Amino acid sequence: MITLAHYLTVAAILFTIGVLGIFLNRRNVILMLMAIELILLAVNINLVAFSAYLGDLTGQVLAMFVLTVAAAEAAIGLAILVIFFRRQGSIAVDDVNRMHG
Amino acid sequence: MISILAFYLFATVTIASALAVVFARNPVHSVLWLILAFFNAAGLMLLLGAEFIAMLVVIVYVGAVAVLFLFVVMMLDIDFASLRSGFTRNLPFGIIIALVLLAEMVLAVGAWQAGPALSGRAIPATTQPNIVALGQLLYSRYLFPFEIAGLILLVAMVGAIVLTHRRRRDTRTPNMSRQVRRRPQDAVRLKQPEVGEGVSL
Repeated sequence: MITLAHYLTVAAILFTIGVLGIFLNRRNVILMLMAIELILLAVNINLVAFSAYLGDLTGQVLAMFVLTVAAAEAAIGLAILVIFFRRQGSIAVDDVNRMHG
Repeated sequence: MISILAFYLFATVTIASALAVVFARNPVHSVLWLILAFFNAAGLMLLLGAEFIAMLVVIVYVGAVAVLFLFVVMMLDIDFASLRSGFTRNLPFGIIIALVLLAEMVLAVGAWQAGPALSGRAIPATTQPNIVALGQLLYSRYLFPFEIAGLILLVAMVGAIVLTHRRRRDTRTPNMSRQVRRRPQDAVRLKQPEVGEGVSL
């Protein structure tokens, strides 16, 4: 029988992998954004699992809002990345403090 | 039985492809692994009976977000090899942090006591489909947050366009407001030239 703890464990592992990705790819912004998407996916799995096991649909509504914010965040993040690349010719995060207006 | 097998299959593939996202050398491969992770997470949500969210994950994440990532990775000419320079240096520290975090979360899940509503209760059989129930909830109780979510998407769209749009200097585009502002008395002059004489403008 698959219990709530199974789902929570999967989500915890996914979240940890996302955090690990942010730590390991400190200079690559694209991979950092992907790791953030993984973290938000783990949060969504948690919300949906709790919603299903409690028999309450509020969790799924909340998961939808998380999805919305994740999409908006990816769009804005990638747009900033594109203009940063146009200006600097590189996406290394170490260079970000050089962007003066 | 089949649902247990499906759960373990989806969970393993999700976690394995998430690891591949982080450790892949080529960012294009990272995006493709991310798509696989999204598909299998959608499978996990499908097993829970959340069909609408599962389809939403496929449509929004795979159809929009992952394709956006793919576009950016392929469009920009980035030297990814130099960006990996800190990878091995950060590896031990990162893995320690990750293990500590994972241990904390697993401990929290283990120590967490399920309430009376939760312990050993099966998923209640719903009389109406998931999408109908979710729609009724979204358009009644959560109408205002739902509208705000739409507004967030609009702001994100406008913001992305404003950020990345650039005016090109080498093209000649018509100036609309100047064209509309122009009046006939400024543009046209009636002249009756004498025979044998030209018109000086």
